[in-house]
Amino acid sequence: MLLQELLRDYLPIAILLFVATGMAFAMVALGHLFGPRRDGKAKLMPYESGMTPIGSAVRRMPVRYYLIAVLFVLFDIEVIFLLPWAVVLRKLGLFGLIEMLVFVTILLVGYIYVWKKGALEWE
Amino acid sequence: MTISNLNLVGTLPLLFLSAWACGLLLVDLWIPGDRKHMTGWMALSGFAITFFWVSSNLGQREEAFGGMLAIDGFSNLLHLVFLGSGILATLLALNYLKQHDIERGEFYPLMLFSVVGMMIMSMAKDLIVVFLALEMLSIPLYVLVGFARTRADSEESALKYFLLGAFSSAFQVYGIALIYGATQATGFAAIGDAVAISGASPLLLAGIGLMLVGLAFKVSAVPLHMWTPDVYQGAPSVVTGFMSVGAKAAGFAAIVRIFFSAFHSLAADWAPVIVLFAVLSTVIGNVAAISQTSIKRMLAFSSIAHAGYVFVAIVPGGYGALSDFAASAVIFYLAAYGLTNIGAWSVVIAVDHADGMGSDISNYAGLARRSPGLAAAMTLFMLSLTGLPPTMGFVAKFYVFRAALAAGYTWLVVVGVVTVLISAYYYLRVIVVMWMNSGDGQVVTPRALNFTVGVTAAATLVLGLLPGPLMAIVESSVRGLF
Amino acid sequence: MTAELIIFVLLAVIAVAAALGMLLSSNAIYSALFLVVNFGVVATFYLLLGAPFIAMVQVTVYAGAIMVLFLFVIMLLGAERLRHPNQVLSWQQPLAVVLVMALLGFAGYVVSMQGLASPPVDVANTVSYGSPAAIGELLFREYLFPFEATSLLLLSAMVGVVVLTAVDARRGVSRGVSRDRRS
Repeated sequence: MLLQELLRDYLPIAILLFVATGMAFAMVALGHLFGPRRDGKAKLMPYESGMTPIGSAVRRMPVRYYLIAVLFVLFDIEVIFLLPWAVVLRKLGLFGLIEMLVFVTILLVGYIYVWKKGALEWE
Repeated sequence: MTISNLNLVGTLPLLFLSAWACGLLLVDLWIPGDRKHMTGWMALSGFAITFFWVSSNLGQREEAFGGMLAIDGFSNLLHLVFLGSGILATLLALNYLKQHDIERGEFYPLMLFSVVGMMIMSMAKDLIVVFLALEMLSIPLYVLVGFARTRADSEESALKYFLLGAFSSAFQVYGIALIYGATQATGFAAIGDAVAISGASPLLLAGIGLMLVGLAFKVSAVPLHMWTPDVYQGAPSVVTGFMSVGAKAAGFAAIVRIFFSAFHSLAADWAPVIVLFAVLSTVIGNVAAISQTSIKRMLAFSSIAHAGYVFVAIVPGGYGALSDFAASAVIFYLAAYGLTNIGAWSVVIAVDHADGMGSDISNYAGLARRSPGLAAAMTLFMLSLTGLPPTMGFVAKFYVFRAALAAGYTWLVVVGVVTVLISAYYYLRVIVVMWMNSGDGQVVTPRALNFTVGVTAAATLVLGLLPGPLMAIVESSVRGLF
Repeated sequence: MTAELIIFVLLAVIAVAAALGMLLSSNAIYSALFLVVNFGVVATFYLLLGAPFIAMVQVTVYAGAIMVLFLFVIMLLGAERLRHPNQVLSWQQPLAVVLVMALLGFAGYVVSMQGLASPPVDVANTVSYGSPAAIGELLFREYLFPFEATSLLLLSAMVGVVVLTAVDARRGVSRGVSRDRRS
């Protein structure tokens, strides 16, 4: 019974998933079948805007990416909480508004802190 | 009203400290880099206000947030332990951070956040709150341990603590999930009811065991103690002093509340595990401490051993009428350990130097001649850690052993006394080195540090000679709670 | 029931295979990508259990944001390839096998004693049980305190990451970056 309900609700998503995946494979396959083939060493090189690549593609990234990624995750979690809140906001009324206000205010403190510390600046 | 029994008034001290922490974080942004001690003083006043607020109303018996939090004598007394260790550690940090060139304003808000987590931990009446509180006290501690990030050993210890801590948190979450699966509840009262009906299923026992792993890691009990020496040695000493008291007390607070209220009827199942923790921690902690040459590692193993003694006090908790007695013994022991240990770490900070020299026990040679006051205080702390009169440590050990005896665990008390005798060897060695050997070296004693040492030494001595009033307060606050 | 069981078994095989692939890949990036597959399958499990909200969170937060974070960390450390497999783990490996066997044995014992037949939650109610509205009702009434405490937890994590990556308004560029550039 549960499965039927799931199928009813998520069938469009499943179809979309299959079509998208199938399309990706189909495009590669079509190109392979009908496209002209001129293999060569240059074609196997990593593409870097037409330049000859210098050094290895494997290199260390600055810690700044990590910082941004962590901050993104933290604010992402904040946004996740907004969804169930928005769904039941009418039932919760003013009380719900205050709850979320407290939550967002505390994270706003974090936002101001991060901003003022220059963690959001790139150079 | 959309939530029954919100009781914001009862939780005001907690809410105040949380708001103070957030506010301090903001204010610190506009405090210039050379005046960061102002942030420290503001953190200190936040701690102090909350401390007096809580102590003005010790005997509360309330619940808040729909039964998620308990505000009672047990949590209030432990709040005083957390806040007290916060106050003393902040005082020490004022000079320590500058001296070691690691001063940053965030230190103090992080400390406040950690204390808020500890406070929530001791109030928690729901497994989800326990988990959140554990993370809330741990995450700032991971950062504080790595605060001296220019030093490789500080970074290393932060990484070790974080990885193992995250791992133990995973155990705890898994345990909570299994407990929920077995009882379909996360609140202690509801779990207690479900357990009383269904009894011990293997699923429930597995859950309890996994959850205990997470908590025993926090209190650094053997065999989950591996991180302790490295982290205590590598972390900035102020942080070590703070976390060795605060995190340990918070972990025990959760253990006491969970096992005494939710799993009370399963005492026959969990008591042997607690006994095992007690025996392993006291024996291995004390024996391993003997061979240490670094005072920091010695104190780390000593802290493992002390976790064992607290477990000795928890064992009688399963015996109906004795659970109040056990809870009082736990609180008194943690208070004694807290005062003594922070005092000892203050002396370590005074002898320690920014270049990493002075952390060996041999560096304490001749301390009595150079700085008699400091040496006398350290002597008192070592006596108290051993558990010899006339110190608070003696009263605390006496209290713990009396509780275990009342529950009929004579052999456990014998093990305890034997390990105390073992511990006397390495604690008294520090005293001998200080008073008998000659040596030189500098001690740095700013006023705040002298104050901390003085207060803790005086408290250790006075409460050792006159423990009656404090004991009466502890017993009356806890009576009938568990 | 049988259709559900077939779907579950298929997904379970994929999940276990992905987990094994994550553990056994010598390239950390491949491990991370196997983990994405595992997260995706687990999200489907949540859907099957009637918890669409958790499934959505699993995809956006875990498979999305946290995996990006993992990849950044791997690339930050330059740890794509394990250079010395089996360096110091000589005696731990047999011990690990023994302990895993003990764990599996114990888990099997727990399952056999508890019985798989009795699901703890009434399956008929699960469809509405995990909906965003049901979660909202619970989260903002009964679990109000954990919800608000989460914000403090996120805040202290934010402070932590800024402190540990040593971003400082005065210097602008962090020390970590300049150190990486030199090397």
